Amino acid sequence: MTKGDVAAAVEAANARAVERMLAADPVLVDVAVAGDAIAGLGDRTILHAGPPIEWPDMCGPLKGAVAGAIVLEGWAADLDEAAELAAAGGVAFHPNHHFDAVGPMTGTITRSMPVMVVENRSFGNRAYCTLNEGLGKVMRFGGNDAEVLARLRWLAETFGPAFGAALREAGGTPLKAMIARGLSMGDEMHQRNVGCTSLLLRAIAPVLARAVDDRERLAGLFEFIGGNDQFFLNVAMAMGKAIMDPVRGIEGSSVVTAMSRNGTTFGIRVSGLGDRWFTAPVEMPRGLYFPGFSEDDANPDIGDSTIVETIGLGGFAMAASPAVAGFVGAGTAAEALNYTRAMEEITVARNPEWTIPALDFAGVPTGIDIRKVVASGRTPTINTGIAHREAGIGQVGAGIVRAPMACFERALEAFAAAMGVA
Amino acid sequence: MEDRKDPIQDLLDGPVAVINIGLAQFARTLEGQGVAAVQVDWCPPAGGDRRMIDLLDKLGA
Repeated sequence: MTKGDVAAAVEAANARAVERMLAADPVLVDVAVAGDAIAGLGDRTILHAGPPIEWPDMCGPLKGAVAGAIVLEGWAADLDEAAELAAAGGVAFHPNHHFDAVGPMTGTITRSMPVMVVENRSFGNRAYCTLNEGLGKVMRFGGNDAEVLARLRWLAETFGPAFGAALREAGGTPLKAMIARGLSMGDEMHQRNVGCTSLLLRAIAPVLARAVDDRERLAGLFEFIGGNDQFFLNVAMAMGKAIMDPVRGIEGSSVVTAMSRNGTTFGIRVSGLGDRWFTAPVEMPRGLYFPGFSEDDANPDIGDSTIVETIGLGGFAMAASPAVAGFVGAGTAAEALNYTRAMEEITVARNPEWTIPALDFAGVPTGIDIRKVVASGRTPTINTGIAHREAGIGQVGAGIVRAPMACFERALEAFAAAMGVA
Repeated sequence: MEDRKDPIQDLLDGPVAVINIGLAQFARTLEGQGVAAVQVDWCPPAGGDRRMIDLLDKLGA
């Protein structure tokens, strides 16, 4: 092929990739038990955020979450015994992404946990994400004490079954239009989800009310959703995974299909390169810290939540969310516009259905092209929560982090080889 | 022989407005002296990495 032929082939493949992204029809259809819903998720298996990692290389919060998950499943009597079991190779670790799943921060999923199920009705695939536990001491930030495990049991035994039944009764909740409305309400779907959480609660409340007889129990369900502005984040993440999975494996496409971090390494996957991970050490978020905490307390970047940026939301939609710009330390509302404009330089298209009022209703930047990232020197902007580096303390701030350029350079080397031009 | 003014001198006779590409310090220094300056957000392709530039060229980017 001539140079012009190669370029044309990549452009055509990338157009197909974005076509599939835009054709997606994600619907929140159920809450199911992970071991039943996720094929291959067996006993003594722990799924985690990010690319593959083993126990010795895990950061503090991930080790904390793993130990907590082991106790939750009854594979060890206490946290010390759990850590010993993990260190001795008594459990298998796999990335969520290898099981059609994603999870925020530590992202741990084991078989008894409830997971939200999003179906992409255009392509027939399903993706899974845990339920958001709320703020404070939670497993996604490495929390693992009795309070954390008790909440997880309540989610599995009470909240999950009721919410799942309501979703099934409703025939699912379509998400694409909900995201469009959320963007116009100031959500960017990573660090701000108050609009979409409210819209989801409004949509599901009547069905839940009819499905649950006990008024106190019903009130508890409403309180849990209404008391957590980030409840929708996990829905958006499962939606992102459901949108991106059909984009995998398009020959000649340089579009990124996943970005993810395990607290130690950052990994990306590229459509034309199958399911290979291209990794580099994670970076430290820059942001604002809650009172009493500083960067010295922070864990490096962690979580599968970057699937939200992969579909053009989060840091890519910063212009939609002036409140987030302030929360993550991105500056003024006017400066927030520049974050979104900069992401237009590294993407293939704009999403005409997800638009941003402050940019005269321009669509969110969609389809990250590794060639454009390397050429421009601009890496994806990610809005993120910041975890304490020690297990069990929780969130200490929020900020912005960049995907490491080395991931994209390594992927570009492999992509050029795959295209026969290295 | 026609008496032509030095174009650089001509430029500096009036108010100067500067567009700076490259080191931002140049723009900041001018701003410090009350000169209007706009810094262009630009960096060399692929940060000047020859290997990456070569691959990008072959891939039509």
